[in-house]
Amino acid sequence: MEVVFALAVGVLSASGVWLVLRPRTFQVLMGFVLLSQATNLFVFGMGRLARHRAPILDGRTPAADLSLYADPVPQALVLTAIVIGFATTALFLVVLLALRGLTGTDHVDGRESDA
Amino acid sequence: MTLALIVLLPFLGSLCAACLPASARNAEAWLAGIVATGCAALAASLFPEIAAGHVVRLSIPWLPQAGLELYLRMDGYAWLFTLLVSVMGALVVLYARYYMSPRDPVPRFFSFLMAFMGSMLGIVLSGNLIQLVVFWELTSITSFMLIAYWYHRPEARHGARMAAIVTGGGGLSLLLAVLMLGQIVGSYSLDDVLAAGDLIRAHRWYPAMLVLLAAAVLTKSAQFPFHFWLPHAMAAPTPVSAYLHSATMVKAGVFLLARLWPALAGTELWFWLICGGGAASLLLGAASATFQRDMKAVLAYSTVSHLGLITMLLGMNSELALIAAVFHMMNHATFKASLFMATGIVDHETGTRDLSRLSGLRHAMPLTATVAFVAAGAMAGVPLLNGFLSKEMFFTESLQAGGTGGLGIALPALAGLAGVFSVAYSLRFIHQVFFGPPATALPRTPREPTRGMLLPSALLVLGCLLIGMLPERTVGGALAIAAHALLGDRLPDYRLAIWHGFTASLLMSFVALAGGTALYVVLYVRGRALRRTPLISRLSGKRGFDVLNVTIFRGARRFVRTAFSQRLQVQLLLIVGAAAVAALLPLWRGGLAFGDAPLTPLDPTFAMLWLAGAICAVGAAVQAKFHRLMALIMVGCVGLVTSLTFAWFSAPDLALTQLTVEVITTVLILLGLRWLPRRIQFQEPLRHTLRARLRRSRDAAFAIAIGVGMAALAFAMLTRPGASRLGPFFLQNALEPAGGRNVVNVILVDFRAFDTLGEITVVGIVALVVYALLRRFRPAAESIDVPRAQREGLIGGGAHADPRALLPEGDLKIPAVLGRLLLPLAALVSVYFLLRGHDAPGGGFVGGLILATAMIVQYMVGGALWVESRLRIHPQVWIALGLLAAVAAGLAAWFAARPFLTAQVLELHAPLIGTVHLSSVLLFDLGVYLLVVGAALLMLVALAHQSLRSPRRELPGAVDGAAL
Repeated sequence: MEVVFALAVGVLSASGVWLVLRPRTFQVLMGFVLLSQATNLFVFGMGRLARHRAPILDGRTPAADLSLYADPVPQALVLTAIVIGFATTALFLVVLLALRGLTGTDHVDGRESDA
Repeated sequence: MTLALIVLLPFLGSLCAACLPASARNAEAWLAGIVATGCAALAASLFPEIAAGHVVRLSIPWLPQAGLELYLRMDGYAWLFTLLVSVMGALVVLYARYYMSPRDPVPRFFSFLMAFMGSMLGIVLSGNLIQLVVFWELTSITSFMLIAYWYHRPEARHGARMAAIVTGGGGLSLLLAVLMLGQIVGSYSLDDVLAAGDLIRAHRWYPAMLVLLAAAVLTKSAQFPFHFWLPHAMAAPTPVSAYLHSATMVKAGVFLLARLWPALAGTELWFWLICGGGAASLLLGAASATFQRDMKAVLAYSTVSHLGLITMLLGMNSELALIAAVFHMMNHATFKASLFMATGIVDHETGTRDLSRLSGLRHAMPLTATVAFVAAGAMAGVPLLNGFLSKEMFFTESLQAGGTGGLGIALPALAGLAGVFSVAYSLRFIHQVFFGPPATALPRTPREPTRGMLLPSALLVLGCLLIGMLPERTVGGALAIAAHALLGDRLPDYRLAIWHGFTASLLMSFVALAGGTALYVVLYVRGRALRRTPLISRLSGKRGFDVLNVTIFRGARRFVRTAFSQRLQVQLLLIVGAAAVAALLPLWRGGLAFGDAPLTPLDPTFAMLWLAGAICAVGAAVQAKFHRLMALIMVGCVGLVTSLTFAWFSAPDLALTQLTVEVITTVLILLGLRWLPRRIQFQEPLRHTLRARLRRSRDAAFAIAIGVGMAALAFAMLTRPGASRLGPFFLQNALEPAGGRNVVNVILVDFRAFDTLGEITVVGIVALVVYALLRRFRPAAESIDVPRAQREGLIGGGAHADPRALLPEGDLKIPAVLGRLLLPLAALVSVYFLLRGHDAPGGGFVGGLILATAMIVQYMVGGALWVESRLRIHPQVWIALGLLAAVAAGLAAWFAARPFLTAQVLELHAPLIGTVHLSSVLLFDLGVYLLVVGAALLMLVALAHQSLRSPRRELPGAVDGAAL
């Protein structure tokens, strides 16, 4: 499982970075979405991969045992990151549209590059 | 209490002054005058206590753990300075009332002047060293503002900037010195530092700390080699020069030196640093002052020289010299301020300050001439004036400080030479301006100024006379109090008197008087108005300052040119590259070794899941240029796979949030796609030039490298044993005492609620920004038209559906019915998720996003007009209510005397229902819920509304067709 997870992070990062470096605003937007997902997965992985151990206490088993419950800290961090990521995406989208309306192009620099 | 009032009063006055109208010259002057005299009166009222040898203290703790407090402390020395600052302030205000022209914006002037007074009093009364640094910086800032008062003049801007950079640099150095001092002593309190003199002098940090402190003090008091800023600061209005740049602010440096003298002085290093800097300034300043043409420049260099004298005295490591230094600080303030005022009068009445143009003014303005004459006499050290007394003390000390070696001859010789120059420039100042034939061709006809302008100067001169003739009766008591406060038991015997008998210092005084007169006569007879000081004019830090300035600016520009590109792609490449380098650096030594934790067995389903995910991610990367919709769908798929991964690995909350966010994001981007240009027009000139191809392969290689690196990093991390120390804590404390089973949610709304509060604030702000940006949105010309599908009636509803119809017509009729049925159910589900969030997967974020999704479904099938004719949503109100609820939940803790955001539980016993368990945590989560609903809806609705705005055709013949 770890191999698949690590590869997933790698593929998402690579696609994300590739898109972020492209000249069209929409590509960059998609790139940021993918990159933030890669980062979220990576941070989430900090808690290690655990099956059937959701950090929801049943009140009977001893609580402070990471072999019984997944680490809740990375999960809490990633949850906020997801929501902030959504806000960033929305903001970027609107800036992208405004740029498009003001400059008449969707190139990231506001004008077609010479090269 | 009185102490706090003394510091606060000027700042309050400053605020009031800033609010008065620009023409209220008299009101401003009255206000400032009352503030200044009020401070003086308050200080005077403390005299009995101070005279009895007590120290008045006021301490308000702030962060006692870090040694930070507001600590005002007034002993005899601080008392004397408080009086000096406030009395001088009052006189300068009176003078400024008549000096400032009705055209000048006086509120700014008086406001900054009073702010300066408050900061200076703050320095004087600070009992905490950090606090002292803060006030020290404040004086630098107010001085900058006042020098640049006439900011339309380039020399004012230049002088202000120079003063700010030099004194600001000194301030940084002071902060460092103070921090070191605090570390050495273990406390920032002045009392502790003064008591720890032996510890400080023996500490190994002492030399470094002293050099930093000296840099601070020498910059502030305009001492060699940093003195060059003071002459340039003369671009300020003359009242400012009189107040800040002769009487008070430049005294801050020597004030601090004397303040810390008992704890720091007494070492060889102290002597060489302080006495050396002072001696250089004394001689250089005096010599330069002799050759200036501008009256104010003469006074500025003379100030450098006199401050040098004080610094030198402080550096001599003798108690008597310290007393002489404090005495000269007072004397210098009186005669120099009155000379500045006289200069201002001459400038005001004749229109020039050029010594080579002025002449014979004593005929036109005899009173001013008398006043200036006496004050210049005090500056030169003529007997029966106060300058003579302290200068003679200085000569005495210089004879003793050097010991018997070469230094014993050098120091008195230097002092005597400086005395000669000082007599020469004083004589020149008076002789060229007021004597000789009456000047012709002055810009204005000179006449005596109004009495109000002359009065402050005359009062100061009266002070010079009285102190000079009756020193023991006038200032003897005050000086004794100040000296006792500084030295305590070490106070030596000293006598303020005019006549000490025929001593070597008396001889030096007369030699200086005679030599100075002779020097002036020689210079005058030769009649050459020397433009620059011979030999030493280049001996200044100004060159170094300018070179440094230019080098830094050039370097910055060159750096920007090479490292910065206007092009976003280059910038992003640099950012990602820098991040990669930063990630690689720790691996430089050890390399990246994979851990040996046991791998979890591979599940083929999961592998297949991510095979699909990877295909989608790569597909999106390839397709995002020409097939946006396709790319968006694929990115959505990746989001779903991510969400499933979260669910797979025991993170139900994340899975839910990711899922709902994915839906909203996709809808949002779909709405945005409509306004992007058609891709076709760029397909034709597909210029696969070599350069473009190179760039693409470079980017691809880079992206792949990053991907491989991230994968390796992730794998290395996953194969090591987890070592979270935080996790067990939260798990342990979630149920008891926090009272929730869902630990992730408990962290979000209870343990780390402050973070969440900040986060939802950000989300709310982003939503408002999106809304604001879209209000002024101008779509590109070719995307204004209604999309083809809608225009040709292929789909009904949409943005332009008829709001009066019971249901939208067209293909969307049945979804519309279902969608309307869905709304109450979705609302119920969302509330369910909100309420159960503390114990089971869910919570405010998920609940809010579910409700927002349900709402947006209404918009999608019904069209904005149709929905809004039935259901008015005010997303801004939701956002506001959400924030209010979250903050209220935090504030509730205050009523139980607990810190902000501490969870509060309320048990209500209601009839029929039984016990209701209410927690402020739930209110907080409700706030999150409301805000998320509001923010998501505000963004979506704002974007959806764009197609409702009346299409303005900017180009009538624009492309006729669909944008999508």
